[in-house]
Amino acid sequence: MSHLLEVKNLDVKFDTDEGRITAVENISLTVDQGEVLGIVGESGSGKSVTAKSIMKLNPGNTSYNEDAEIILDNENVLQFTSKQDLKKIRGGKVSMIFQEPMASFAPAIKIGAQMVEQLLIHKNINKDEAKSISINMLKRVGIADAEKRFNQYAFELSGGMRQRAMIAMALSTMPKLLLADEPTTALDVTIQAQVINLIKDIIKEYQMGVIFITHDLGVIAQVADHVAVMYLGSVVEKGPVNEILKNPKHPYTKGLLQALPDINNLDAPLSPIPGNIPSPLDRPTGCVFRTRCPHHNPEGKDGKIEMKLIEVESGHWVDQCGIQCGQNG
Amino acid sequence: MGDNLISVNNVSVNFDYQENFISKKQKIHAVNNINIKIKKGSFFGLVGESGSGKTTLGRAILGANKISSGNVIFHDDERDYELTNMNKQDLKEYRKKAQLIFQDPYAALSPRMTVRDIIAEPLEVMKITNSRQETDERVRDIAAKCRLNIEHLRRFPHAFSGGQRQRISIARALVSNPKFIVADESVAALDVSIQADILNLLKQLQTELNLTYLFISHDLSVVAHVCDVVAVMYLGHIVEMGPSRELFKNPKHSYTKALLSSIPSIDPEKRSEAIELKGEIPSALNPPPGCVFRTRCPNPGVDCKGGEITMGLTEVEPGHWVDQCCVL
Repeated sequence: MSHLLEVKNLDVKFDTDEGRITAVENISLTVDQGEVLGIVGESGSGKSVTAKSIMKLNPGNTSYNEDAEIILDNENVLQFTSKQDLKKIRGGKVSMIFQEPMASFAPAIKIGAQMVEQLLIHKNINKDEAKSISINMLKRVGIADAEKRFNQYAFELSGGMRQRAMIAMALSTMPKLLLADEPTTALDVTIQAQVINLIKDIIKEYQMGVIFITHDLGVIAQVADHVAVMYLGSVVEKGPVNEILKNPKHPYTKGLLQALPDINNLDAPLSPIPGNIPSPLDRPTGCVFRTRCPHHNPEGKDGKIEMKLIEVESGHWVDQCGIQCGQNG
Repeated sequence: MGDNLISVNNVSVNFDYQENFISKKQKIHAVNNINIKIKKGSFFGLVGESGSGKTTLGRAILGANKISSGNVIFHDDERDYELTNMNKQDLKEYRKKAQLIFQDPYAALSPRMTVRDIIAEPLEVMKITNSRQETDERVRDIAAKCRLNIEHLRRFPHAFSGGQRQRISIARALVSNPKFIVADESVAALDVSIQADILNLLKQLQTELNLTYLFISHDLSVVAHVCDVVAVMYLGHIVEMGPSRELFKNPKHSYTKALLSSIPSIDPEKRSEAIELKGEIPSALNPPPGCVFRTRCPNPGVDCKGGEITMGLTEVEPGHWVDQCCVL
């Protein structure tokens, strides 16, 4: 069976005044229908850039490598250049939910008008039909008085409500793939729990594929089926969520888990990962994590081991340098 | 009262609110009738959702927000400072002893000042040091304690990462040799690996410099890890307060229970046992009468649904206080 989305050997580089920055290097991922792929990593690890590449939303100074492929529904998105083609993916086959819902709605246009506008672009329907689809969708995501909210502006809604409206808008065109970029980060825990449950229900109901980006391993544990751990533009470990969280192999994944305060285990000390994430301008050669790796693997430390994912168990892939380091600690 | 550093007695903070110039003036009840005692050398946690009044209370204790009624007393070695009854001179003295660390290390540091100047500014403003040499000495001393290098001092904030900036912020707060620190969401903007580093630093500085913290956070796992005593706030009220381990192991108030169950578990096999709270926190303009949590309470009693039970803490176990509505 072919995958809903297949990203192969993707590099993303930005040309800036200070030089060419490698934001993402050699990433391969797949997402199936009805599957949630979680991407975790610190700020600056290239999570959002990867997601935006799928919609070709990266800025004009971006370059992709020649042999990269992003195959969505049997078409290579990277080869799309015409507005017509891009329209098919942006908001059509793919929808995106952003972290800050206030910034994603236009402030001076009513929420309903924004929902109707995108439906009219992507679906062959009239205004009344679009309105009723929108209102139904607002009801579906648990917004009380959907008719009233439809005629309000984004600032009149609270944070949780805005995020629900954003989800309703993203889903109303029935995309095949949903990109959720830190959708719960700006929310309080009680509202976060509501939104996570809502997203889970909706995925089940509509059987769409989802890429869920977050820095919170707890949220990943709750929603994802598969996880990719990113560090400085590279995937260092990927596999089924249970495997990654319970049996991590890469020192970076282990470090992330040890740094996380766990309310069920208050006696465990919090151990930070030493050092800082290097600037993408001086990205280390060889293993990208070697400048902060707590385990001294002499060859990896010198940057002599190339980045390459190796399957250690069925479906569980780890960077080869990290396998050796992981065994040391 | 020898071992308390801060006593907060029946403190309320109201803000005036007027939607537009013809509408009626209303009051926002941001903080209502709070009583807390912060022991010397403790790590006191204040948790709650946005809009619960944590920051307002923290700022009121520092004298940065006007207290509408009640009083805050700072018990220093030689004398007490009574916050609502301070003259300018006292306030200046108090500010040396009580300092604030902000949430966003990107917004808190001036981009046009070197790190040395940022850290030295409080000393100069408060006229603590007498010579440039003395200032430099203290700046270097505190920077070393916060694990900043000497050569960092000559640079500007833009050269630093989030974690390093937060260490600069901490150094600036500590340079005047305060006894009491309010850390308002000081790790919320940081990545987990850096968050752990800053939390460890705060702990270490606490023993090294004899500090007392009021740690404001919305993240319960963080609070559970670092704090000795925790107060849970909801809509301007403290609904539960107690020693942190006791409170997190044995929560009594329905709101605390719901908050705890909402933390996403790191174990993928334990998916969503969350007690889902319906709706959102009500507006502080018209808080519901009686128990403020009753509009979202998953299992309200008959009496509290009508709002007949007033807010008030009851001691259920030594040191563990719960709002009476949830005890009955």
